[in-house]
Amino acid sequence: MRHVISLLLENEAGALSRVSGLFSARAYNIESLTVAPTDDPSLSRMTIVTSGSDDVIEQITKQLNKLVEVVKVVDLSEAAHIERELMLVKVRATGKDREELKRMADIFRGRIIDVTESAYVIELTGNSTKLDAFFDAIDRNLILETVRTGVCGIGRGDRILRI
Amino acid sequence: MVVTGAEVVVKCLQEENIEYVFGYPGGAVLHIYDELFKQDKVRHVLVRHEQAAVHAADGYARSTEKVGVALVTSGPGVTNAVTGIATAYMDSIPLVVITGQVPTAAIGLDAFQEVDTVGITRPCVKHNFLVKNVEDIAPTIKKAFYLARTGRPGPVLVDIPKDVTAQRCEYDYPRSVAMRSYNPVVKGHQGQIKKAVQLLLEARRPMVYAGGGVIQSNSSEKLVKLVRMLGFPCTNTLMGLGGYPATDRQFVGMLGMHGTYEANMAMQYSDVLLAIGARFDDRVIGDPAHFAQVPRKIIHIDIDPSSISKRVKVDIPIVGNVSDVLDDVLRLIESATSRPDGEALAAWWAQIEEWRGRDCLKYDRASPIIKPQYVIEKLWEVTGGDAFVTSDVGQHQMWAAQFYKFDKPRRWINSGGLGTMGFGLPAAMGVQLAHPGSAVACVTGEGSIQMCIQELGTCKQFRLPLKIVNLNNRYLGMVRQWQELFHGNRYSGSYMDFLPDFARLAEAYGHVGITVESPSDVEGALQEAFERKNELVFLDIKVDQTENVYPMVLGGKGLTEMILSEDL
Ligand SMILES: Cc1ncc(C[n+]2csc(CCOP(=O)(O)OP(=O)(O)O)c2C)c(N)n1
Repeated sequence: MRHVISLLLENEAGALSRVSGLFSARAYNIESLTVAPTDDPSLSRMTIVTSGSDDVIEQITKQLNKLVEVVKVVDLSEAAHIERELMLVKVRATGKDREELKRMADIFRGRIIDVTESAYVIELTGNSTKLDAFFDAIDRNLILETVRTGVCGIGRGDRILRI
Repeated sequence: MVVTGAEVVVKCLQEENIEYVFGYPGGAVLHIYDELFKQDKVRHVLVRHEQAAVHAADGYARSTEKVGVALVTSGPGVTNAVTGIATAYMDSIPLVVITGQVPTAAIGLDAFQEVDTVGITRPCVKHNFLVKNVEDIAPTIKKAFYLARTGRPGPVLVDIPKDVTAQRCEYDYPRSVAMRSYNPVVKGHQGQIKKAVQLLLEARRPMVYAGGGVIQSNSSEKLVKLVRMLGFPCTNTLMGLGGYPATDRQFVGMLGMHGTYEANMAMQYSDVLLAIGARFDDRVIGDPAHFAQVPRKIIHIDIDPSSISKRVKVDIPIVGNVSDVLDDVLRLIESATSRPDGEALAAWWAQIEEWRGRDCLKYDRASPIIKPQYVIEKLWEVTGGDAFVTSDVGQHQMWAAQFYKFDKPRRWINSGGLGTMGFGLPAAMGVQLAHPGSAVACVTGEGSIQMCIQELGTCKQFRLPLKIVNLNNRYLGMVRQWQELFHGNRYSGSYMDFLPDFARLAEAYGHVGITVESPSDVEGALQEAFERKNELVFLDIKVDQTENVYPMVLGGKGLTEMILSEDL
């Protein structure tokens, strides 16, 4: 099962490598990992998308909690939460494709943030399935380059991850 | 007071009342060595290899309740120390390892003797630090000691670049540590403890399975009280030996791959299993699916939540310090009105006695060739069962565990988790320094002893009167045993065509060496060794080359699918 794990950790050099090292040492899956400082600059917030049986996920959260620099861990996917990912796609945009790509970007509520004679850069946000769907909606041969941030997530309503 | 970083390091060690630092100098730690030279509170023990420095600090820590300290230089000093650090990590031993690093400005430039120490050691330390500012040395060392000894203990490494040890700052050792990200649990959950006690009182075929956590938390007395009060059988893991007195009737021996028949059977067929400071690892319960075939309720007390339900699902997890949890358990049992069903318990004991009657550790006592088991039995007799015994890794380790009946905690010192050959001799040095007047034996094999044999030099320099009991079978015996069982007796790489004359080698280092070749000489040689109170005696004992360790649970097999000795 896919899980989205969110953690707060000390914003210190090396903290990220402890987390990623844990995943590789114990052969846990990582689908994506995002990290950046929070409003409190001494803390970083990380979102990890992983998958595994319940036993494995239990071990992952326990092992993460054991890392000295990790302050708090929650499994967001245990309850209602929101996931977002940002993607930038550079597409070949010439001739009639220009109009079609513009239309698709609009439908997906994306924005064209760079325009040249032959290419667009389209910015899209959403959950991962929406971003995947965009690839299916356009002619894949037009894609020149893509970059995605990986998922970041937050609990709905009263679920708050803070210290 | 304004002092240099190196002075800060030494002052911190003094502040922590560190008696011994085990180490080896080099460029990156020269400032620290200079400060060590200028004082005499913290004594430096110069080993002959950095691996031994860490093992010695480790042996010191295991045999006391203190944190062991090692000091090594950058680069090769660190890489040599890694085996020692990983050994301590696997067995949760509290150490602070201070390592020199190349100057800050040189980090990352492939400088002479530079390695990424924090990176290399990350997977085998509880935590590590790179100190970039001189003001951070004292708070970091304070944290290192705190982390090493609290919660689930473990080695903590502090990497200090050379220039930082030369810079100056105001010295102030912090009184306390607060880390918002690190708050180890102490007390167990009261509701869980109540449920556990209820279950214990209803047990019909109970079993107590206690591991290294009992030793680490100094809870032996509480364990004994609990087991006696309930009248339950008790087993110890390899790491837990001495946690419950081995000569007590309620002790059923060590369990696991080379555990006793009765311990493994009782584990499997128990209906309520109380696991205390143990972790159900692969060498202990064999195939978890086979173990799960018999339904039983499991209570698991451990300080580390990640040790609970890792390999075996448990019914009542209790996260907390074993000592605190046992206090609560004892209090509840003392005030409980009911007691376990006496008849059921008597029937269970009758079953256990029947299993015990198999005499699974039997060996040929009439053999004209020295049997290794016999040597350990005699060692136990000659030392009155009261020696500190370190071991290396292999058959001799298992025989020592099976045949030396440890009645006290912290007397049995071995590398259980990593299984590090070369551990025994340097660990014994740390033990002897911590217990100057006590008998310290290192039970080893001719393979293992050669992995850190250079430490005979350290023993001479620091006058450590160890007794080395070399069970010399001319084979890497444990490897040979597996090759016999799994590889059609093809002894690939497990025979050493050449071996030194160990007795003369010991003499070359200025020690006493004795070669023993006949069973009738074993006792006398051991007696002589322990009578020579101020000398290191190396007993090179030529034992049966073909002896195997039994019982044995083959890898991947169930706990009760034991192979027993042909002598049975
Ligand atoms: C550093 C290291 N290398 C290899 C091994 C694998 N190993 C386990 S037991 C053993 C043989 C040990 O031989 P010896 O010390 O002579 O003891 P014996 O088994 O003969 O009693 C070996 C090679 C190990 N445990 N540690």
